[in-house]
Amino acid sequence: MSFVTLLAALDAQTLADSVGLGAIYALMAIGIGLVFGVLRLVNFAYGQLIMAGAYTLAFTAHWRVAWSIVACFVVVVALSLVMDRAVFRPLRGASPAVMLVATFAIAFMLQAIALLVDIRDNTIGEIATSIAPLNQPTSIGGVDIRKITIVAVAVTAVVLALMAALLLRTTLGLHMRAAAADFGTARLLGVRANRVIAFAVFLSGLLAAIVAVMLTVQFPFVGPDFALRDTIVVLVGVVVGGIDRLWTATLGGFAIGFTTGIINGALPTEQTVFLPSAVFALVILVLLLRPGGLFAWGRTATERV
Amino acid sequence: MAEPALAVRELEVRYGSVPAVRGISFEVGKAEIVGLIGPNGAGKSTTLHAIMGLVPSRSGSVSLEGSPILGRAPETIANRGMALVPEGRRIYADFTVEENLRLGLAARRGRHGKNALDGAYELFPVLKEFRRRQAGVLSGGQQQQLAIGRALVAQPDVLLLDEPSLGLAPSLVDDVFAVLADIREGGFAVLLVEQRAQRTVALADRTHVLSNGEIRLTLGPDDAGDTEKMVAAYFGG
Repeated sequence: MSFVTLLAALDAQTLADSVGLGAIYALMAIGIGLVFGVLRLVNFAYGQLIMAGAYTLAFTAHWRVAWSIVACFVVVVALSLVMDRAVFRPLRGASPAVMLVATFAIAFMLQAIALLVDIRDNTIGEIATSIAPLNQPTSIGGVDIRKITIVAVAVTAVVLALMAALLLRTTLGLHMRAAAADFGTARLLGVRANRVIAFAVFLSGLLAAIVAVMLTVQFPFVGPDFALRDTIVVLVGVVVGGIDRLWTATLGGFAIGFTTGIINGALPTEQTVFLPSAVFALVILVLLLRPGGLFAWGRTATERV
Repeated sequence: MAEPALAVRELEVRYGSVPAVRGISFEVGKAEIVGLIGPNGAGKSTTLHAIMGLVPSRSGSVSLEGSPILGRAPETIANRGMALVPEGRRIYADFTVEENLRLGLAARRGRHGKNALDGAYELFPVLKEFRRRQAGVLSGGQQQQLAIGRALVAQPDVLLLDEPSLGLAPSLVDDVFAVLADIREGGFAVLLVEQRAQRTVALADRTHVLSNGEIRLTLGPDDAGDTEKMVAAYFGG
């Protein structure tokens, strides 16, 4: 697989699909990065929030689409807040390793619960049909682009703009940034820790719900491991980008989504099984060359430790 | 009799089994500066941290304007009217000067308008001049002004300062002490932890000398010129 053949495979459609996947992964990266910022917690269970949203869409597929999407948002955001109250808050101040392992436990527990709910009809997996039409292509300038790609890019652009406005223009955003940069000093100044954390968790849940809708459109077959692989890839992207800043984490998420899309388009169909290997080989290379994160300009690796 | 702004009674702090503060008591009234001096490891900073809720205390009581605050979270204590200018300033280097000051408003009680930062800008005109710049590019003295300004915009009842002159050039140290006098004029109750013993004793209404977690001696402004007394205070005479 040479670089030249990779480039040759870069037709407009692959490019559009890659940008679409990058956009969705960027949203996941923001969701993971927001919580990491205020809690120093890598939430491995983020994918299970998305999975819960996808199941909600599947189980409510016979509802009107708008209501089905509302239900997805309610379930995911509620689950996210419950996770914070029941697990993150009691563990606050615990070592990062303990918190990471705790989120593993939540992830597997939620998967097990999903499986129990799912197999009541004696089959594993549900199909979310109602929003699938968004996956149909539409022709723009002779190039077939799926509607969901346009939606994903537009939604991500809007979310990024809103997020920037929130963080840079509002008092709550200022408090969130302060908490992310130096939590101890922020509390000393009277920034209310629980409020800032709850809000970050809420936003993170909101983003998970948006991602759940957009992934379910493209992959309507929902199983207990829905979004699991995506979450692992995004977590890697976030670390590669530089997890200690929201915008580098977001870029990292986009980059790994985009790269996955491009390699997927370039690999012959019978060789897509090698996709994860190719992506992770790139990741290892990046971490070897830029241990501080791909986008962490002007910072040395040692600062992170 | 009016309540003192800050009253500390029999405060005791231990790190594990090691006592750091052994039952000290003192008060700070409105428009008063009280100094805490003493050698390294005497328990000065620990006392400030215990008052602010940053380290748990073993026994004793701390009251702010008459209400007990010991055992509360730091943000709660900040919101009740206590502000700490921490050692090393702890400003947000990547944020603008104005954003740093706005963070101080988090603990301000009641509503505040657009001019909430004016008091700090009046006291430190350089902060107004540089308000759009990143705080990290300010000089050490300017960063200290920012840290003090940030604590003051909260309009606290009690201001705690942990070694505000640390690492500053002598002329800047003069500025810091002059500002502290202004702050006292403004009616704030100030608790000042310092290494510069003589300057502190000269400025403060009372200065307690801490050694090994206990108050050894209390000095008044007149004692600042008494070298023998100052030396004795430090070396346990």
